[in-house]
Amino acid sequence: MTDQDALFQFLLRMGDNTLVLGHRVSEWCGVSPVLEEDIALANTALDMIGQTQFWLGLAGEVEGKGRSADDLAFLRDVWDFRNVLLVELPNGDFGQTLMRQFLFDAWASTMLGRLMYSSDKRVADIAEKASKEVAYHVERSADTVVGLGDGTPESHAKMQAALDLLYPYVGELFESDAVDAAMVSAGIAPDPASLRDDYDTLIKRVLSEATLNVPASKFTHKGGRTGYMHTEHLGHMLTQMQWLQRAYPGATW
Amino acid sequence: MYAQLVKTAGSGVKSREEMSENEQDFQDRVDSDQKIEPKDWMPDDYRATLIRQIGQHAHSEIVGQLPEGNWITRAPTLERKAILLAKVQDEAGHGLYLYCAAETLGVTRDELTEELLSGRMKYSSIFNYPTLNWADIGAVGWLVDGAAIMNQVPLQRTSYGPYSRAMIRICKEESFHQRQGYDIMMKMAQGTEAQKKMAQDALNRLWYPSLMMFGPSDKDSVHSAQSLAWKIKIDTNDELRQRFVDQTVPQAKYLGLTIPDENLKWNEERGAHDYSDPNWAEFFDVIKGNGPCNTDRMNTRIKAWEDGAWVREGLMAHADKKAARKQAMTAAE
Ligand SMILES: [Fe+2]
Ligand SMILES: [Fe+2]
Ligand SMILES: [Fe+2]
Repeated sequence: MTDQDALFQFLLRMGDNTLVLGHRVSEWCGVSPVLEEDIALANTALDMIGQTQFWLGLAGEVEGKGRSADDLAFLRDVWDFRNVLLVELPNGDFGQTLMRQFLFDAWASTMLGRLMYSSDKRVADIAEKASKEVAYHVERSADTVVGLGDGTPESHAKMQAALDLLYPYVGELFESDAVDAAMVSAGIAPDPASLRDDYDTLIKRVLSEATLNVPASKFTHKGGRTGYMHTEHLGHMLTQMQWLQRAYPGATW
Repeated sequence: MYAQLVKTAGSGVKSREEMSENEQDFQDRVDSDQKIEPKDWMPDDYRATLIRQIGQHAHSEIVGQLPEGNWITRAPTLERKAILLAKVQDEAGHGLYLYCAAETLGVTRDELTEELLSGRMKYSSIFNYPTLNWADIGAVGWLVDGAAIMNQVPLQRTSYGPYSRAMIRICKEESFHQRQGYDIMMKMAQGTEAQKKMAQDALNRLWYPSLMMFGPSDKDSVHSAQSLAWKIKIDTNDELRQRFVDQTVPQAKYLGLTIPDENLKWNEERGAHDYSDPNWAEFFDVIKGNGPCNTDRMNTRIKAWEDGAWVREGLMAHADKKAARKQAMTAAE
């Protein structure tokens, strides 16, 4: 694997995470529990799609085969996607969506904080822009997790169920492989494993304020960020997301 | 127009002699273009009519998210997806300003929501039509936001201060939406054969429903005179509709699309286009709940509201706990 290939893979991982989660969040349009949340969810999705344009735009540039961010988003199949499994899981109820958002935002804010010091200026610039948005996302998703965790018995039970369901997908965010090793040695990105302590500190503080118990098992599902094995859900999402581009190839929209 | 067929409360325009002293003062202020503010005295019927009108407008913004949301997950490029998300976010924001404006009249957002979900209050008939191909998203921006602007620009001068200020804020964003919608139509109209077909199909289906947005013909519009006198309606339905047709015809021509009306032609004498009325029987069917999407739209909103109940209750319970803890801490000091 050349450095170029590794960087391309790294950028796909960043961009596919925001693309897939941004898409999932956008599925909430017009049906959230309260008007303020309609606005907030649309705003979150919008930010994530904007970040996707940067990450995948740079990925296409690094790859050097003339593929645009849109080509990468709309014309790859499941096995070429590099997002973690966590973000492709279906939304479930509002509590599950916000729990997933918090578990992801907490990682993203830690990761982007490091990437702002990347040796690759293009990466550092994207991280700088995105980190401002993500700082707001994590504050918001954390507040909601606390509010619902420490709300009524019903909301507490739903949030604990969401955490129990999603926590086994968290570990994949901190997996390392040859791509990560190449990023570390080039000074482009940190070793994912090195983010875990900061992450744990952040989520434990919020989840304890939310009166929720972090599951004890360290087991983690994985296969998304390597592309080895996604969940069944991603294919359905792409079927919908990519439909127009697939049905009418070559059209300009 | 997002508020159609708003029934004006009261028994019609009173003569000067029939008015109480308060009513005379009020009408004088309206006539001299002074804004009425929430604390000011106002006739009960003025208040009731405004609540209906602003409420209906707010509901339209909320339900209006659904036909556009129908395409967010299928938007063809990242940029189109981002633009559509931003638009839908704006619409939800419009709903919020308008509910806030209505709240200054002494009704809560939750009460208005209950009225909507029980079917006692309406939203614009346009949102009971489906969005079936991607060009519909362009056509909605171009025609539906376009028609909304036509109605809302004059309403910036409406007599009720909070409503007028909400309109000023909203109009800026609506014109942006209209331009973006037209831009989609341009891409489609200049695109492949299939895209041109989508564009024409969208115009064919959405043209008459857009004309219906201004409400029934003036001759069938009840109580309009009182709303005009109160300046909560500025132009009549037919005036606005004519303006909309005259503005839209050259735009359609520029796109190379055909407006589905054989009678459409320039009338030199009137200095305006002659055009066919929409099918008013269909309009009244849609208003009664028999449009193509009424059931889906209402069921979607009802389900969202019911599914979200535990979230609203949870967040409220948390806010109460927090306030209680804070109070306990202050007491302990
Ligand atoms: Fe709007
Ligand atoms: Fe509007
Ligand atoms: Fe709009």
